[in-house]
Amino acid sequence: MAGSGNDMRTPLARVLHLGSAKSGTQDHIRQRLTAVAIAPLSIFFLVLLVALTGADYETARAWLGNPLVGILALCLVVAAIVHMRIGMQIVIEDYVIAPGAKHLSIIANTFFSYGVGLACLYAVLKLAFGS
Amino acid sequence: MVQFTLPKNSKLTEGETFKAAPGTKNVKRFRIYRWSPDDTANPRIDTYEVDLDKCGPMVLDALIKIKNEIDQTLTFRRSCREGICGSCAMNIDGANTLACTKGIDECKGDVKIYPLPHMPVIKDLVPDLTNFYAQHAFVEPWLQTKSAEPEKEWRQSHEDREKLDGLYECILCACCSTSCPSYWWNGDRYLGPAALLQAYRWLIDSRDEATGERLDDLEDPFRLYRCHTIMNCAKTCPKGLNPAKAIAEIKKMMVERQA
Repeated sequence: MAGSGNDMRTPLARVLHLGSAKSGTQDHIRQRLTAVAIAPLSIFFLVLLVALTGADYETARAWLGNPLVGILALCLVVAAIVHMRIGMQIVIEDYVIAPGAKHLSIIANTFFSYGVGLACLYAVLKLAFGS
Repeated sequence: MVQFTLPKNSKLTEGETFKAAPGTKNVKRFRIYRWSPDDTANPRIDTYEVDLDKCGPMVLDALIKIKNEIDQTLTFRRSCREGICGSCAMNIDGANTLACTKGIDECKGDVKIYPLPHMPVIKDLVPDLTNFYAQHAFVEPWLQTKSAEPEKEWRQSHEDREKLDGLYECILCACCSTSCPSYWWNGDRYLGPAALLQAYRWLIDSRDEATGERLDDLEDPFRLYRCHTIMNCAKTCPKGLNPAKAIAEIKKMMVERQA
């Protein structure tokens, strides 16, 4: 913050910092788009969960083998993972200030999100197409 | 990590109590944050008992009475005493506001007064607003044009002028920015609600010709997009303005120029 330590830059120089990143809007749009998608897809997912409660493996496979159900499940995974990655990154940027820890956390968040996302996609596809 | 607890030398201690004269009937207790750069003592809370029968109705009246009659060392900013200069912004009864427009009778129990949150303290209730003012300067809050100067004034329709209502009234008291958790954690990079409201005041001004450059300067994950619509700014603004809405409008402009 202003006047801290032996930083002799002018207050304006501190605010100017490294300049504008000229980005952020794409993440802003993606975050809202995925939120809009997740709302109805969550209802679909709840219906699917209720329908499959107590069902056996073959029934679950039959449901996800239906093209509409399978595609909606894939859409939910993609939307939720994209939303989660951006949301977590914002939380990390908010609260983790030290540059090293911040960048490591962001990398870990990205790996975790895409890892979980790919595992989910693989699981849905395996159920839908597996024999 | 963000610092959630106070550092050792900022932990509050109990200070002095200045009792009202015996026999005083209408007593109100003011518990005020005190810190001096001239010694190494931790900040403390001093308690002042004020006779409300001999005091004006506003919190600023009580502060001035305390300084004049009880403790001359109490330090705070004040000037216009009518809510237009923004000098006496402080945290009263748990919310940022202007001492001059906050009625003592609005505060239940003791009146607790602290400096604006999360800013370096210069002394007592006086925060260091250097960074806040630099952020205001950064948004270049003046008309910028490229066309040749008109013979008379830059013209503006009544409808376009109305778009500045709710924006131009900002008095830069810093109540909004210092109430914003995002500004607390990242105040060095996030411009904060006050500066962004001013930025929008010039973005939406029909006479201004630097809209694109202004948006370019703001398009940044920290400068603009640290606003998470927490809305403390709108809740606390002593002038009843809505910086969060102004920020949302800037985000809409960012999206609009993408598609």
